[in-house]
Amino acid sequence: MTRGRGEEGTASSRRSFLGRLWLLLGGVALIEAVWIVADFLAPRRRRAGGDDAAVIVAGPVDRFEPGSVTAFPEGRFYLARLDDGGFLALNRECTHLGCTVPWVNEEGRFVCPCHASAFDIRGDVLSPPAPRPLDIFAVRIENDIVKVDISKAIRRQSFSVNQVVRS
Amino acid sequence: MSDANAPTPNQESGRPGFFADVWRSIFPRPIVPHTERERRKTILEVFVLHLRPVRVRRSTLRYTHTFGLGGSSLVLIGLMVVTGVLMILVYEPTPDLAYQSVAGLESSYLFGGLVRNIHHWSANILVAVVLAHMLRVFLTGGWHGPRRFNWVIGLALLALVLAANFTGYLLPWDQLAYWAVTICTSMLGYVPGIGGWLQGVARGGPEISRATLVIFYAFHTTLIPVALVLTMGFHFWRVRKAGGVVDPRPPAEIDDEAPEWVSTLPNLLMRELAAGLALIAFVLVLALLVDAPLGAAANPGMSPNPAKAPWYFLGFQELQLHFHPLFAVVVIPAFAALALLLIPYLRYESESSGPWFLSDTGRRTAAIAGVTALVLTPVLIVFDELVLQPGAGLPSVVGRGLVPLAILAAAVVGFRLLLVRRFGASKAEVVQALFILFFVALAVLIVTGVWFRGPGMALVWPWGVGG
Repeated sequence: MTRGRGEEGTASSRRSFLGRLWLLLGGVALIEAVWIVADFLAPRRRRAGGDDAAVIVAGPVDRFEPGSVTAFPEGRFYLARLDDGGFLALNRECTHLGCTVPWVNEEGRFVCPCHASAFDIRGDVLSPPAPRPLDIFAVRIENDIVKVDISKAIRRQSFSVNQVVRS
Repeated sequence: MSDANAPTPNQESGRPGFFADVWRSIFPRPIVPHTERERRKTILEVFVLHLRPVRVRRSTLRYTHTFGLGGSSLVLIGLMVVTGVLMILVYEPTPDLAYQSVAGLESSYLFGGLVRNIHHWSANILVAVVLAHMLRVFLTGGWHGPRRFNWVIGLALLALVLAANFTGYLLPWDQLAYWAVTICTSMLGYVPGIGGWLQGVARGGPEISRATLVIFYAFHTTLIPVALVLTMGFHFWRVRKAGGVVDPRPPAEIDDEAPEWVSTLPNLLMRELAAGLALIAFVLVLALLVDAPLGAAANPGMSPNPAKAPWYFLGFQELQLHFHPLFAVVVIPAFAALALLLIPYLRYESESSGPWFLSDTGRRTAAIAGVTALVLTPVLIVFDELVLQPGAGLPSVVGRGLVPLAILAAAVVGFRLLLVRRFGASKAEVVQALFILFFVALAVLIVTGVWFRGPGMALVWPWGVGG
């Protein structure tokens, strides 16, 4: 800690260099700590059974009437068959604040119990506060069997025809 | 307690018995006092005075000066630590078992239901008490000079208390908990840019799941309590460094005469003890009479109607119904937080700490602000809901965000002008009036959310007429 006389300049510059080094190391340690915490907090996909479980086999095409909505609670989605025979898999989560929207068959629309948002059979917003249509899941039809990939909900800003899957 | 109760070591033989030895290690030999009783009293006093100042101002002792709100918060947190630790021992933080372990408290454990009730009611009363404490400190100007940063620490404590309440809300894993947390974490999704990430982190995945419960449990039982206790220590220390609670007299009057000091023991301590015991008695009676709510077990497939956030967040949920989510979740709360943080750092004409409501003008303008908010907020809610939504037909962000916000901001600016021109209000009085305006408005929003919102969040009368 003692400083030689006559070399104040070098001593203080060495000290300030070491001070800065401490600061730098402290900064690095802080970044590491934040990184570790962020990684521990980061969401992980915890779906049992691997990727296969992410595909739900809904059933044969003929089972679904045109203009009908079928709930798949295990997949957390509704399979909607439009009047023209096309399929849409709609996420059952309201796009406003995540409540589960039930299909009201008499009114032919989804009505959210939380803030009264309403959606039509294609998932389009009929009344706010929902800011966008219901999310969809990828549908594919293999050998007249409808399969839905629920690994990723697809956001959309509006309904368009190319979202509909036909056999 | 007589000396016969206390084991006295056998002085002659020089070897005290085991228990006497332990006793001695707790209460070591007296230095000054000559009897055992005096000795114990001294040690207790020294311990108390280690934590509390030796002397306090007599003028700060009056109950109606502080209403004991800060100390009440501490007592409530103490109650929650005790009951919380008991429940940690039997609670199972997994979706399959959580609900059963909470529902089974009453039947499986001695006073299990009472322990949960005390925890629940203490938590809810705490939110009300800390808000009242904030109001008291604000209105008596306890945020000038050396107390400025302590106001900021207090805001951090408020955030921690809300976080503790909210994380605890999920743990029973009933319908109430599940959907309240779904709604509140979905609100995070509207933060621009990082919203989706934030929501994923809070939930530990795309939806409320096992991971969410583990995260909330960890935050509720370790991280938040530790942070709370450390921050409280900081808060209390700063109170002491500032010379105790703010003096109820204006600063000018204190300078004229020497402040009259009295010893903490027993003047302050006995008052605190009485207030604390009364509060504990109140919580106990409440917990005996009213059970903490517990809905049906959580069902991710069915949202209850209506699905509401916990009451202290219902003000935000009410805002959701009137503003675009970006404004209700991000813009307005951010403005509010910034305004609260800035209060002690604005430049005022004088340090007007001490008396309630500053002055006669302050009293009058505060009353006007309170009544204005009380009348205008319900009118605006009903108007927006039933009559006309300003900016209808425009894009949602503009029509439900910028336009109503601009109208409100213009109204606030107009109100400020009125205060200055008509009543000659000083800056401190204007800030006070605006604070009251927003505080009362928030209270009205909460009351609306709790009692006046029915199925589909439609406006209803709480007593079931009309609707």
